[in-house]
Amino acid sequence: MRISTNWLQEWIAVEDDAQTLGDRLTMAGLEVDALEPAAPEFSGVVVAEITACERHPEADRLQLCTVNAGEETFQIVCGAPNARQGLKAPLATVGGVLPGGMKIKRAKLRGVESFGMLCSARELGLSEDAAGLMELPADAPVGQDLREYLALDDMVIEVDLTPNRSDCLGVAGVAREVSALTGKPVQAPSFSAPAPQHQDEIAIQLDAPEACPRYVGQIVRGVNPQAPTPLWMQERLRRAGVRSLGPIVDVTNYVMLELGQPMHAFDLAKIDGGIRVRMATAGEKLELLNGDTVELDNETLVIADHSRAHALAGVMGGECGSVGDATRDILLESAFFSPLAIAGRARRYGLHTDSSHRFERGVDPALQRQAIDRAAQLIVEIAGGAPGPVCEAASDAHLPKPLVVRLRRQRIGHLLGMEIPDERVEAILSALGLTVTAVEEGWDVTVPAFRFDIALEVDLIEELARVWGYDRIPVRRTATPLAIAPQPEGKVALSRLRDTLITRGYQEAITYSFVEPALQAQLDPEQEPLPLANPLSADLAVMRTSLWPGLAKALLYNQNRQHERVRLFETGLRFRGRLDGLAQERLLAGIVAGNQLPEQWAGEVRPVDFFDVKGDLEALFAASGEPESYRFEPETHPALHPGQSARIYRGEQPVGWLGAIHPEVQRELDLAGRSFVFELDLEALTRARVPQFSPLSKFPSIRRDLAVLVDEDVSAAAIEGCVRRAGGELLKDVVLFDVYRGKGVPQGQKSLAMGLILQESSRTLTDQDVDGLIQQVVSRLSLDLGAVLRE
Amino acid sequence: MSSTQEAAGLDELVKAAEQAVEAAADLSALDELRVAYLGKKGRLTEQLKSLGRLPADERPAAGQAINRAKQQLQERLEARKEFLQSAALQQALEAERIDVTLPGRGQASGGLHPITRTLERIEALFGSIGFKVAEGPEVEDDYHNFEALNIPAHHPARAMHDTFYFDAHRLLRTHTSPVQVRVMQEEGAPVRVIAPGRVYRCDSDLTHTPMFHQVEGLLVDEGISFADLKGILNDFLSEFFERDLAVRFRPSYFPFTEPSAEADVQCVMCGGDGCRVCKGSGWLEILGCGMVHPKVFGHVGIDAERYTGYAFGMGVERLAMLRYGVNDLRLFFENDLRFLRQFR
Repeated sequence: MRISTNWLQEWIAVEDDAQTLGDRLTMAGLEVDALEPAAPEFSGVVVAEITACERHPEADRLQLCTVNAGEETFQIVCGAPNARQGLKAPLATVGGVLPGGMKIKRAKLRGVESFGMLCSARELGLSEDAAGLMELPADAPVGQDLREYLALDDMVIEVDLTPNRSDCLGVAGVAREVSALTGKPVQAPSFSAPAPQHQDEIAIQLDAPEACPRYVGQIVRGVNPQAPTPLWMQERLRRAGVRSLGPIVDVTNYVMLELGQPMHAFDLAKIDGGIRVRMATAGEKLELLNGDTVELDNETLVIADHSRAHALAGVMGGECGSVGDATRDILLESAFFSPLAIAGRARRYGLHTDSSHRFERGVDPALQRQAIDRAAQLIVEIAGGAPGPVCEAASDAHLPKPLVVRLRRQRIGHLLGMEIPDERVEAILSALGLTVTAVEEGWDVTVPAFRFDIALEVDLIEELARVWGYDRIPVRRTATPLAIAPQPEGKVALSRLRDTLITRGYQEAITYSFVEPALQAQLDPEQEPLPLANPLSADLAVMRTSLWPGLAKALLYNQNRQHERVRLFETGLRFRGRLDGLAQERLLAGIVAGNQLPEQWAGEVRPVDFFDVKGDLEALFAASGEPESYRFEPETHPALHPGQSARIYRGEQPVGWLGAIHPEVQRELDLAGRSFVFELDLEALTRARVPQFSPLSKFPSIRRDLAVLVDEDVSAAAIEGCVRRAGGELLKDVVLFDVYRGKGVPQGQKSLAMGLILQESSRTLTDQDVDGLIQQVVSRLSLDLGAVLRE
Repeated sequence: MSSTQEAAGLDELVKAAEQAVEAAADLSALDELRVAYLGKKGRLTEQLKSLGRLPADERPAAGQAINRAKQQLQERLEARKEFLQSAALQQALEAERIDVTLPGRGQASGGLHPITRTLERIEALFGSIGFKVAEGPEVEDDYHNFEALNIPAHHPARAMHDTFYFDAHRLLRTHTSPVQVRVMQEEGAPVRVIAPGRVYRCDSDLTHTPMFHQVEGLLVDEGISFADLKGILNDFLSEFFERDLAVRFRPSYFPFTEPSAEADVQCVMCGGDGCRVCKGSGWLEILGCGMVHPKVFGHVGIDAERYTGYAFGMGVERLAMLRYGVNDLRLFFENDLRFLRQFR
């Protein structure tokens, strides 16, 4: 909403400058977005009249104009096509400065001297119109400074109104607000409704009274749709950001900007019979003023006559009933449409208009007659014509009623933490147009129907707070009982897991939760992703079923920027299953590519492998206090290398995956080098065991090393499990320290060397004990896994 | 041989020995000298043995002289030994000298994403006064995201939300406020939580990304007023930026709070003088807040006569940008390592 301070001054005597007024409005909840001058800086421009015109002797398209600027007459060379004798136009005199700083000097144009410059509206920064000189009305006073004549020393305050304050969508409403803030009274400019000059009435039928409980119409006969809109009105429209489109439309817009009542004018000749305000029939078509033809649904209110729809009620008029140059008689419309009947309708048809903006937020239901009187008065004044009687159809039962809301004195302090003196409460509410009656516990407040946002006691308290000033509310630290919050030790803090990865060289990433379907299909082909109904773009079209697509994209992004070594992790939700019963599970996932260590001056630098990443995961598992509850099973995943992928279990619960990205997928994604990915269920990962102490043995431990030959397909986990089972209580730990294939080991077999740590808590182990136990282990390995002791 | 002769011979012997000691280049040469002079068959030891050949009355004096000479030589040897040992150590140390400016070996450290860093900071600040963290689903339903927050269908506020939908009733949450509703439904009053998380709006340009982060705060108890809200947000903003900053509360509108406010903080870039970041106003719009609307209490079954409460919501990206001076919102989701590594 753009408000000219000059226009506002017509309604209320504001003493503040625009900046101060803007600050006041902002601090009262009408946030000022911008303050700008109504016209750019220029000087030395006066109203002038061309008294004579002749062709330039040397140039066909230039004219030599004799221009009367009041006290002096100048010779001006001018190229504008509309320069003609008798025209009044702005003249920038020698010494004047145009917007942008161009200084006007005497100049010679094709050998002829010119003493100034006749200006177009665009040259003065007043419009985009550069077609010719700005034409001033015939009664413009020659010699007057143009800034003075057009009252250009005006500021425009642009207010970003919140949707609850529809009452401020007109100068009148803003004036009421300013009055409450400054204590100055509103002085509405007076006008008198033109007396009817004929008795032609329009029949109005309200077929949907809940959607349109009041419709006021008035016929004005014999208007001149080509009459010029007076400059003062054009200027006010311009400053409000509305284009001038001819006197009839300009007047309806003007009244909307002034009073807040959107209006419409129909060409009466196109109206068949009378007005019917009804719901559209599904499939009904309407060609709108903007040239689009829309197909209506039966939830859309239309203004129709007895044969067809002529307007999308409260949104936009139709083409067929619109006012054109040939129009002689018009029907003015001033209606109240219920916000619920208009809300969302404009958007449904891809529209948003000044009218729909106001109606869906709420227009004063008592304003229609006043607005139509004002419009008729202005039309008659500008475009002539004979008004008829004002015709009204209304359904009182469906019109919003003023509410009475009880305001308890004690609740004000309770909610705001400050008291407001009774007389201030009454003054503030009254200034806002509310009627206040004192009762024992406070007041009964009658809320006028134009305040659609006030229905409850708290709404009144907010009004008081914002007018009285939020800055008067004290700042208080809440006193509260000291209750210790639980700190479950069986839960690992996410920050610890993150820190573990960070110390192991990982950088945290945050990627979008919606991804490109094709990319996701490559990395998680077995899941059907949940599609967005209105995605922003094709590459953000489905919800991620895995965190890998986002991480793979981030890896690629960095590889394309010369980062070969990338280690990223992310935590966040993945979305699996159908919309009904959708699983939103929190995961920790990562991607690793490049060398295991950063390039360094000493020591081996080699590409990262499965076991490096596995080590990182084991560091995460350690936080659970029972890393042995996790295990890696060789299982295949469509996106992973079949020989380098593992499903991870905690106990019997599958909790994630680790593997190398399948070389085919890697190639399709254009990823350089081998990359590894993992994902872990965070719920499982953050479950921890609270440590339980077991006594330390006072007796020494003994280590025995053992190397066995087994077939290739026997896993290390199987061997370790077998050793641990056979070792029993005495076996404290098993350390696998070598895996060997090659010379001395038969083809298809491998040698595993491990250290067995043995200890007894009550005595020192004897050689006999140890030998016996090793024998037990070896024979168990041999029986279960076909292992042969390697000498 | 007279004792005088003996004495002269002894002096020379000692002198020669001392010269040899001084000339000894290493510990083994020194040890050889010790043996040669002071060993069992050493030359000074031999001198002692030859005392017997002297007249008895000369023996004590001669013996003393020899012992003095022995002691003198012994001291010389010790001194030289110490010198040589220290020189050898110096040499060894010199040989083991390393360039301590060479980089350390092993894994380089990674870092947290600046958004997580900011979230952890916010959680810690509110955690310090007993706000616990609550979470909720990101695929939400219309009821929790809008209805229960007093934003019925067709409410103009919905148009401001640019919602991503799945069907008529399911959507990506447009703010963290639905967590308020869920927490109050489950726990009733009193309640004290913050709800950090991802939120989504169908908008993408220089200053909007379709996904971003918010932290919602909610405190409901008996006797809570707008003054308490001002108190906590004043404290939070000063502690977050670690500066005493002026905070102003401006009336605003959110359907789920009444009264509602927008909190502006004195510009952290220019200190309130006006700059590009605050668009010359000296103030930064930093969060929305207000007193929980009685209709929201109605939806979750909390007695609005007995309890009052406040809620606030802030954009994490905005806080992170101001705190760390990041000038482009989109950097947060490109995951460029050159960007991420600045937040280690």
